[in-house]
Amino acid sequence: MHALLNSKWSKPVIFLLCLAPLVALGWRALHGELTANPIEFITHATGDWTLRFLIITLCVTPFRKILHLPELIRFRRMVGLFAFFYACLHFTIYIWLDKFFDLSEIWKDIAKRKYITVGFTAFLLLIPLAITSTAGWIRRLGGKRWQQLHRLIYFSATLGVIHYYWLVKSAIIRPLTYGAIVAVLLLWRLFASLSKKKQLRVNAVTVRPVG
Amino acid sequence: MLIRRPTDLTYSDVTPKSVYTERREFLRAMGIAGAAAFAGTAAWRLGMSLDEVYANSKLDVATKSPFSTTEKETPYNDVTHYNNFYEFGTDKTDPAKNAQKFRTSPWTVSVEGEVKKSRKFNMDEILKIAPLEERIYRHRCVEAWSIVVPWIGFPFSELAKIVEPTPNAQFVAFESFFDPGQMPQAKYSGLDYPYVEGLRLDEAMNPLTLIGVGMYGETLPNQDGAPVRLVVPWKYGYKSIKSIVKIRFVGKQPPTTWNRMAPQEYGFYSNVNPNVDHPRWSQAKERRLGEIFKRPTLMFNGYGDQVASLYNGMDLKKNY
Repeated sequence: MHALLNSKWSKPVIFLLCLAPLVALGWRALHGELTANPIEFITHATGDWTLRFLIITLCVTPFRKILHLPELIRFRRMVGLFAFFYACLHFTIYIWLDKFFDLSEIWKDIAKRKYITVGFTAFLLLIPLAITSTAGWIRRLGGKRWQQLHRLIYFSATLGVIHYYWLVKSAIIRPLTYGAIVAVLLLWRLFASLSKKKQLRVNAVTVRPVG
Repeated sequence: MLIRRPTDLTYSDVTPKSVYTERREFLRAMGIAGAAAFAGTAAWRLGMSLDEVYANSKLDVATKSPFSTTEKETPYNDVTHYNNFYEFGTDKTDPAKNAQKFRTSPWTVSVEGEVKKSRKFNMDEILKIAPLEERIYRHRCVEAWSIVVPWIGFPFSELAKIVEPTPNAQFVAFESFFDPGQMPQAKYSGLDYPYVEGLRLDEAMNPLTLIGVGMYGETLPNQDGAPVRLVVPWKYGYKSIKSIVKIRFVGKQPPTTWNRMAPQEYGFYSNVNPNVDHPRWSQAKERRLGEIFKRPTLMFNGYGDQVASLYNGMDLKKNY
């Protein structure tokens, strides 16, 4: 497993896998399988995949620790950038095909429609993360500050789920499923950090008499 | 084309295509020359009348209607593969898949309540209530998409004539068929079933209000509300209840499914109104299926001449 994850082919393979949803959409478009309302279909599909990629990104750290696969970190940036990529597609479809670049309409929508307000905020929060995803920016910000900044993904994923929940008419099971997954991933982090602090305190206490 | 008088229609008109094609294959196998002579025996063997052997699911309409729009009809394939019929799943493509085995025969509609002659109708009797008309109507979903559908049916008022509402009848309550066995996806939809809808009596009696039994020249496909549904073209689509089993004339405003689910979002009236937004999205525009960009939504879905007077003096922002 470790060798597989470390192989030079692992990244290109995962890159192609991340593109698969887009390829599938293109395939369906070619075969006229985007339903009778293709714009709604691709809007929902790209929104769905944004949430899924945010969730996959949030899975990397817990899986690394729980499964003892530190190599998974190699893919986190790429998966996170794919979340941003699908978010950009989702947003572009909205401003182009839904609003036809009518800025005043878009602005009114963002201000007035709660689900658009939170969805737009979730998108905005991803922009600094995408920009600072390079090694250069990690260096410039310093590891600790970079890490703090990138915790914005917690809020982005949460707002993304609320965005979905607020737009469905009655079938809330799917947004609630996403919500439950995000909640588990965030709670895991909370407990992990609490137990780490506790561990540090225990260490500090045991160390003192010696020092 | 032979135009049959509606009184010639029998229940066999709603026989599924697969069944009648099989029968025809059977007759053809008997030999064309012998078919006519043999048909009687064949029909007897299959347990049906001679009429039924020759029937198909085409519905011939006696009259076209002046209420029809001249707008381009939405392709049949779109109207049958993009549906909201939550009993069969909440994705637009679910009903076309999940409603295939829906049993719509035999079918009974019970008409009751504040009427002098409450009674049950089978499909044969429903098809004979009045001459079938084709009505090409705009249909606007609350989700801001729209279609143009050539419905087949007759005015609701013709049904009322038969059962004779009493002076106590002020509203009409409709109920859909519900069977969790045939509709296992319903439990994930977040709605309570059976689906119920309602109209004020004068709305129901408006000449635009249709009891629909077909579309595009044929009986209704299962996913579009077979075998009998309501069509109320100036209201959001969910008012046009599908697969009706009960019609009750009542004195008080009846509960309606979407109103029960979210009263602040879906009112009893639910008239198409570009000036009153859904609390979560705009109703000013709609996407006609098959078009890319949205078009403006019309007040009462463009049927103001026929129905605006029903709401004289009413605040349509409050009575959404």
